[in-house]
Amino acid sequence: MDYEVNGATIAADEEGYITDLTQWSSDLAGVIATAEEINMTEEHWAVVNFLREYYEEYQIAPAVRVLIKSIKKSMGKEVGNNKYMYELFPYGPAKQACKIAGLPKPTGCI
Amino acid sequence: MEDDVKKFLYVNRKAPYGTIYALESLEVVLIGAAFDQDVSLAFLDDGVFQLTKSQDTADIGVKNFSPTFRALGDYEVTKLYVEKESLEERGLTADDLQEIVWEDEDDDYEEKPSIRIVSRAEMADVMADQDVILSF
Repeated sequence: MDYEVNGATIAADEEGYITDLTQWSSDLAGVIATAEEINMTEEHWAVVNFLREYYEEYQIAPAVRVLIKSIKKSMGKEVGNNKYMYELFPYGPAKQACKIAGLPKPTGCI
Repeated sequence: MEDDVKKFLYVNRKAPYGTIYALESLEVVLIGAAFDQDVSLAFLDDGVFQLTKSQDTADIGVKNFSPTFRALGDYEVTKLYVEKESLEERGLTADDLQEIVWEDEDDDYEEKPSIRIVSRAEMADVMADQDVILSF
């Protein structure tokens, strides 16, 4: 399942995760979000940006409970709680947000 | 619930690259951390090289996964035992290892060191104290 962005084709695996992490751009994030039927708001972007920074620092996409715990610490418990995160990303905050962030599927997602 | 918690020790004896053991061990630790067990890691023999700082894998074409050890605290894995004799036999000291800390939520998020240098005899005690030992 590849993505079309500004005339370029970006390869993705069968679940929609892009295969070359360096090809990510915010335009691509918008295209992936549309395919996921997500309308990107400021809060969505905050989570996506957080994930990209986490990956940059630790070279892994965090498991969902680690993600929520970290978001709670950095952005407060209004955002960093299960209910709100699932409202933002109904098919799983870690899985869907990682896909939009151009990261691999999170380690520790069961 | 408390009765269901077992002490798990993941023993790492191999160099970080060249075989898949080190990376596989770390991935199992991260996945297993979801099960709320009491997890510790042990590094001995060439396994101590896994924790060295300033690793650069550019020329061997594999991912440098050493930064991932610093994420272990987020997964509540806060005990990394490193055998002193294994370091010494390889001309290494604690200063050659990267700094790995965990944040203690119960102590105002104070950062505490995860790496504990232990002697061979102490490592034997650590192992004897476990319910489950997984060797990589």
